[in-house]
Amino acid sequence: MSLTVFAMTGATLVGLGVYGLLARVHMLRRIMAFNLIGSGLFLFFGAAGARGAALDPIPQALIITGIVVALAASALAVGLVVALARSSGTACLPDEAGDT
Amino acid sequence: MSLVLDIALCALILGVGLATVAGHGVFRAVIFFITYGLLLAIGWARLGAYDVALAEAAISAGLTGVLLLAAHGRLRRLSAAEEAPLRRNLPAALIATGVALALGWAWFALPDPAAPDLTAALPQSGVGNPVTAVLLNFRAWDTLLEAIILLAALIGLWMLARDRAWNEPLGLQYHARAGGVMASFGRVLPPIGLIFGVYLVWAGAETTGGAFQGGTVLAAVCLVSLMAGVLPAPRIAQTAWRAALVFGPGVFLLSGVAGAIFAQGFLALPPALAKPAIVTIEAALTLSIAVTLVLLVIGPPDDGGQDA
Repeated sequence: MSLTVFAMTGATLVGLGVYGLLARVHMLRRIMAFNLIGSGLFLFFGAAGARGAALDPIPQALIITGIVVALAASALAVGLVVALARSSGTACLPDEAGDT
Repeated sequence: MSLVLDIALCALILGVGLATVAGHGVFRAVIFFITYGLLLAIGWARLGAYDVALAEAAISAGLTGVLLLAAHGRLRRLSAAEEAPLRRNLPAALIATGVALALGWAWFALPDPAAPDLTAALPQSGVGNPVTAVLLNFRAWDTLLEAIILLAALIGLWMLARDRAWNEPLGLQYHARAGGVMASFGRVLPPIGLIFGVYLVWAGAETTGGAFQGGTVLAAVCLVSLMAGVLPAPRIAQTAWRAALVFGPGVFLLSGVAGAIFAQGFLALPPALAKPAIVTIEAALTLSIAVTLVLLVIGPPDDGGQDA
């Protein structure tokens, strides 16, 4: 039962992240939303891996790999956002700056 | 009782996640995001996945938090940290609800797991922690490529530096007031963190811990030392930092090639040598992970100015 609670939390987090990624225009906000999608999926996956009689270590190992790769991707994305702000003075994409 | 606890915890996680997306102000969202990572780590502990809980707390909450806070500081300096208030966006809400519902449906449609039983294979892996056995032995390919992805991300990040800043110290310049909180932290925390980080790597072979968790703690130690001014800021051209970056993947790759020549295949470890091989690879990998994470978090060399 608890596993279902965690899986539904994971699914909702993915939804929240998708909404943030689409609806927020500040790029730092989008990086966080993207991380919400990732961690929501990890939670879903981890709950799915915990359903058997014993805890399955393979999802855990893959999730740890995923967390580290998510940090690497976030660091690169943050670098790109700072470079964007440096050259354009805003942390929003040009075609969305009018929406703000 | 434990179900009530889990429901309360999940409600907290969702509330903090919602505040990250919909709350007012980017800075506040960053703080909520850090809290979110810590709550999620408790969730992982509730699921019994202690290795993941450690990684989540150290990497997602800790290092990503530092990364986002530093990014917010840089954007504020470029006066790009302000944002428009959230406007209702119906198509985005529909898509997000659809994705969440599809995932929820998938949970109930999933067949019962028929996970491969690792208890029979575990004694041959050389280590007692099944997660470490998967990471460093059964699925070593994933881990090797992950170490290389970290390097690739760092190279991509450095590509964003401007030519005139290439030889500057990496990251922001920190000034710790002598006798202030940061300076005291810089003296007190590193020895404790150093012992804890090395312990996590060593213990990871048999119980909870591992190269990534230990490496992250060591990266945090290094970051605190940099911010407190105990360590001089690294530069891209310094050979020692570059050597530390490639040392771990290099040792891993060499052991993989040795496996191809002397054992059954690339990255295969003979059971008799598995434990010493894994501990050696983990030690080398920890150093490189720690250094790569530090350099990823502090970012490219930056002289702070705006492009003309």
